[in-house]
Amino acid sequence: MLELIVISTLNGVLFGMLLFLMASGLTVIFSMLGVLNFAHASFYMLGAFFGFQISRWFGFWPALLIAPLLAGMIGAGVERYGLRRVHRNGHVAELLFTFGLAFVIEEVVQIVWGRSPVDYRVPALLDFPAFTIFSTNYPAYKMFMLLVSIAIFIGLLLVLKKTRIGLIVQAALTHPHMVGHLGHNVGRVFMLVFGVGTALAAVAGVIAGPALVTQSNMAGLLGPILFVVVVVGGLGSLPGAFVASLLIGLVQTFAVSMNGSLAGAFGPLSPAYASSWVADIWGVTIAQIAPIVPYMMLVLVLIFRPMGLLGTRDT
Amino acid sequence: MSVPAASAAPPLPTAADRLKFYGMWLIAAIVLLLLPRIFGSGGALTTFSLIGISIIFSLSYNILLGQTGMLSFGHAVYYGLGGFLAIHAMNIVIGDRLPVPLPLVPLIGGIAGLLFAVLFGWVSTQRSGTAFAMISLGVAELIASSALILRTFFGGEAGISTNRTKLLKLFGWSFGPQIQIYHLVAAWTLIAVIAMYALTRTPLGRVCNAVRDNPERVQFVGYNPHVVRYLAFCFAGFFAGIAGALAAINFEIANSAYLGAEQSGTVLFATYIGGVGFFVGPIVGAIFVTLLSLGLSDLTQVWQLYFGLIFIAVVLFAPGGLTGLVMMHRPLLKAATLPKVIPSYLVALPPTLAMIAGLVLSIETIVHYTVNPGDDPHIRAFGVGFDAASRSIWALAAVLLVGGFLVARKTWQWVAHAWDDAASVAREKGRPA
Repeated sequence: MLELIVISTLNGVLFGMLLFLMASGLTVIFSMLGVLNFAHASFYMLGAFFGFQISRWFGFWPALLIAPLLAGMIGAGVERYGLRRVHRNGHVAELLFTFGLAFVIEEVVQIVWGRSPVDYRVPALLDFPAFTIFSTNYPAYKMFMLLVSIAIFIGLLLVLKKTRIGLIVQAALTHPHMVGHLGHNVGRVFMLVFGVGTALAAVAGVIAGPALVTQSNMAGLLGPILFVVVVVGGLGSLPGAFVASLLIGLVQTFAVSMNGSLAGAFGPLSPAYASSWVADIWGVTIAQIAPIVPYMMLVLVLIFRPMGLLGTRDT
Repeated sequence: MSVPAASAAPPLPTAADRLKFYGMWLIAAIVLLLLPRIFGSGGALTTFSLIGISIIFSLSYNILLGQTGMLSFGHAVYYGLGGFLAIHAMNIVIGDRLPVPLPLVPLIGGIAGLLFAVLFGWVSTQRSGTAFAMISLGVAELIASSALILRTFFGGEAGISTNRTKLLKLFGWSFGPQIQIYHLVAAWTLIAVIAMYALTRTPLGRVCNAVRDNPERVQFVGYNPHVVRYLAFCFAGFFAGIAGALAAINFEIANSAYLGAEQSGTVLFATYIGGVGFFVGPIVGAIFVTLLSLGLSDLTQVWQLYFGLIFIAVVLFAPGGLTGLVMMHRPLLKAATLPKVIPSYLVALPPTLAMIAGLVLSIETIVHYTVNPGDDPHIRAFGVGFDAASRSIWALAAVLLVGGFLVARKTWQWVAHAWDDAASVAREKGRPA
């Protein structure tokens, strides 16, 4: 039991930090541009596939640097030549543009790399067990992922709190119009933020790719969870995104490792109900409902606290 | 103080107006009756049935997006649940030999869609905008994932099937042959389209538009925007349920793909490409997208990529959709300034087409090298055969793409100028563009 708790906590925190790498970019982009970037998870996927391709050509470490740069440049281009153009047509058009973009990126990835998972391996340097607890070997690569995400988290915090550009970004989170009135080149800040945000998502992709499955449906699987994180944490709130990332990471990791069901708790149903839909609910295990837990949280949060856990803006 | 003239009711429609109005629906009905006589093949009938279902579904979606301003990413939930309930109802009817004929089954689906919209709608519609979009996505994922858990009701991966010919026969119609299904779908499409058009003319329909444009002001006037959105949501759920039930009857099966994100995305694509600003927009979009998805898949391997690119192009360059593009020209036509624009269109067309041809050529060449490497490089796309391995084709693609883009950019600036001129003349004549 203790083993399960320790391992699940480690995995949950790791998944949560990965989520935060993406959610941070998404929530800053939303606060500044007012558009929820549907294609954000697609940049995570691009990061993973770029990472795979570049690590084949030059090795993993150059990939860790080049892949996010590439994805960030694509992201900046999308903002400059796509979103800015669509902006005149309103928020719905912006949201739809990113929706279409996500669709196209998935298709392109399928064309270039195919539909089946690619063989993206953990670099040999990190392919050993870091430590052993309760007879379970914990891979060093996962510790590396955790360290990278924490390092980026600290770096992001420093940039936001200590630099001038961070000051502008922070101001734009709450008062985007005022920042423009003060004479900052809001367009360039937007492009930068979009580029950095998508690059962060790509970093998450590069480091998560070898540990998870690098496949063309990974954006579609992760995208909705990412929205759950951002909405549960509170749209436009970075601390909220952090808390919600860890929360969802932990909840999902713990849920998949639990086997309890109503049948297990209260005994099996009488045979009269065995073939009805009640039996489905009675027999389903917590591990089986793990995929829908985040969405239940989303619906509950939107009912009882529409601004999210730490959000202040009422969307 | 004089009574403001604007508050007076509009004049009653003249006989000519009425004839035009009712004549339109009559013509639609006649066209629906004549279609199978002109295109009688099985494939054509299936296509028409799919288009009819898609029209109802897209129009129901436009009650949300176009008329009330709510962007939903989970409209397929009500479509799918309508379909599932219809299948279950049909199986119960067959099992218990109840006297329910098949043409009434879509109504059961509609009521199912309505009930689920009543259930989920109150929470979903508390806010509009991004929050609504997100909660619709959340509900959609919740239902779609639950469909794989509740296996008895949703039938797991395989889905639930039925036999539509086993129901009570009306006038000797067994609904086995596709032509009878076509007539069923056509009748329901006409009924649903008229009902949804009527809905836009009711006070509720008007308040929906007001909620879309300025919810705060609606609140000042004394309506509750939440209630208005909720009502619109329920109507949308009802008609989506009808569409889902018709789809279930057409395929005789309902599976979890009915509720999925792909289905929600398709209806969004169809509605937006057609144009959300006009009532006929979603109808145009449904026809266009259904034909496109059926036709493109024969012409090219990567039709979904083109589909996505078309959608992005519409969002970028024609936010009013296809109908919006056409309707833009109405004031010019009325002011007789359209001829000013036509020459610039003719100038802009060749480089634009060249650019598109270059893009298609590059995509197909890349697809040849990534999807089927090692195959014969003499490939066919859109009915045109070419050698993907030849350097001259690569050069041609590059020249068409880059050259077409540079020239097209210039010509579209002329189009914009010509358009501004024509529009300002039209405005002076009292017909604002």
